Amino acid sequence: MTEAVTAAPSRTPAPAAVRLSGVSKAFGTGDAALLALDGVSLDVAPGEFVCLLGASGCGKSTLLNLVADLDKPTSGSIDTGGARVALMFQEPALFPWLTVSANIELALKMRGVPRAERRERASALLASVHLSGFGKKRPHQLSGGMRQRVALARALALTVDVPPGSDGGQGTLLLMDEPFGALDAMTRDLLHDEIERIWRERGLTVLFVTHNVREAVRLGDRVVLLSSRPGKVVEEFPVDIERPRRIDAAPVAALAGKITDRLREEVGRHGG
Amino acid sequence: MAVETRKNVPDPADDPADDPALQRQITGLDALELAQGARRGPLSRLWSAAWPMVTAVAIALAFWQAVVWSGWKDPWVLPGPADTLPVFWDQITSGRFWEAVALTMQRAVIGFALSIVIGVLVGALVSQFRILRRAFGSMITGLQTMPSISWFPLAILLFQLSESAILFVVVLGASPSIANGLIAGVDYTPPILLRAGKVLGLRGLLLYRHLILPASLPSFVAGLKQGWAFAWRSLMAGELLVIIGDTTSLGVLLSQARELNNTADMISYMIVILIIGIVIDQLFGVADRALRTRWGMDSD
Repeated sequence: MTEAVTAAPSRTPAPAAVRLSGVSKAFGTGDAALLALDGVSLDVAPGEFVCLLGASGCGKSTLLNLVADLDKPTSGSIDTGGARVALMFQEPALFPWLTVSANIELALKMRGVPRAERRERASALLASVHLSGFGKKRPHQLSGGMRQRVALARALALTVDVPPGSDGGQGTLLLMDEPFGALDAMTRDLLHDEIERIWRERGLTVLFVTHNVREAVRLGDRVVLLSSRPGKVVEEFPVDIERPRRIDAAPVAALAGKITDRLREEVGRHGG
Repeated sequence: MAVETRKNVPDPADDPADDPALQRQITGLDALELAQGARRGPLSRLWSAAWPMVTAVAIALAFWQAVVWSGWKDPWVLPGPADTLPVFWDQITSGRFWEAVALTMQRAVIGFALSIVIGVLVGALVSQFRILRRAFGSMITGLQTMPSISWFPLAILLFQLSESAILFVVVLGASPSIANGLIAGVDYTPPILLRAGKVLGLRGLLLYRHLILPASLPSFVAGLKQGWAFAWRSLMAGELLVIIGDTTSLGVLLSQARELNNTADMISYMIVILIIGIVIDQLFGVADRALRTRWGMDSD
């Protein structure tokens, strides 16, 4: 937690949106146990965009599963302060038997939105990801980038205010597990702008996992570098580059270079 | 740091009009990626499906005629298409024939419906409980591969020459395939969708209702299709072996024609049995294709 404070000295010590304290996760038991995460401590401030960066085997996905409460840590604690948590993955994972709109309406239903409001709120969510008019399509009729935006709209649907306009004050936490990893560069570039805009407009707190260093620097307020096997926080890099940023801007490239060097060093430790 | 602590905006701006350039670029890319080839009209699709079938029928008739012309059998033992098709026409315009078809189809429908009920029940239980899976999983597959005709001696002992004997064998023939289709569908629900379902908070009954049942539908339809094939075969075997009183079914007509050495009639009934099989298989095919198109599982 001291890292978090030094990384963001300008922030008032407001309650963190997410606080991980000494989180460890082992799979299996006894000698065969595999330690995926080893004492990870991390504070994410409300409204902060934090990118988790690491090579294979750094337990990034495990970490998000723990924060999303899909799995329990072996030791340590995770406090999301009752925030509404949504998670999206590299695959859109939309239900192919439902229309785009029905996919989002199902999420709204699970969020507790009354039936009468679902259709309208789904189309508002679709509009917010620039997909107005695609509600009646099936997921397979859309391109990869469009599907990923539907997945984003579905994730946002899990965090909407019920009833509308009521801000519970718990905040909204969006967890993203390499969400743009399977997209082409052009689409990814546009979606970077898109996720940044939605993050700003909705005041989300974002925990974004990636192994693309430039993407991390392009998007994050802070880049957290994790080691591999087991995953540990190695170093944090505040990103003091004014937004809007471009992924090919010189300051982005410079910081990305610095982080890449550190990442390579970390990977090299496994070269025996 | 460009970060200030953000409060949740009370009324989230769902209107993304704040950046028209970004909006234009994104919708532009969407339009480019969605460009599709021209689709063919219904007539041209019907034709492309019909002509291979018509050709196949023509080839089969020609082969049949060639065998007859070769003089391998006498024409009263193996009549050619020219002799058989008029008989076929007489048959399908007679009342007795349709009575027989009605009885056979009634048995098929009842047997198949019962197979669905039992298959779904067994499939649901076995896919749900690991212990049942271990106990019965391979037994169900074994039953599926067992020729259903081998059940008839037992069925006749248990139920004598009755409707129940036929029904018993039809259900034993069809329900394992239906159960296996459902089990496979539940087993192969894509893990990524299960993960998404967990994130959505789907649990228990809701998980089944909104995720596992719809996800297993294509495999279930495939199981139904296979189950139908087994039901139809078992039924025909049953109608030839289990002849009940003075009922008239397709099987009864078939064995009567054999006893009277009336090959043309016999071949007519066989053609009818073949056609019914094809028609119902096509119906399942339509359901299957509709599902695949809706879900985007077809490659073209």
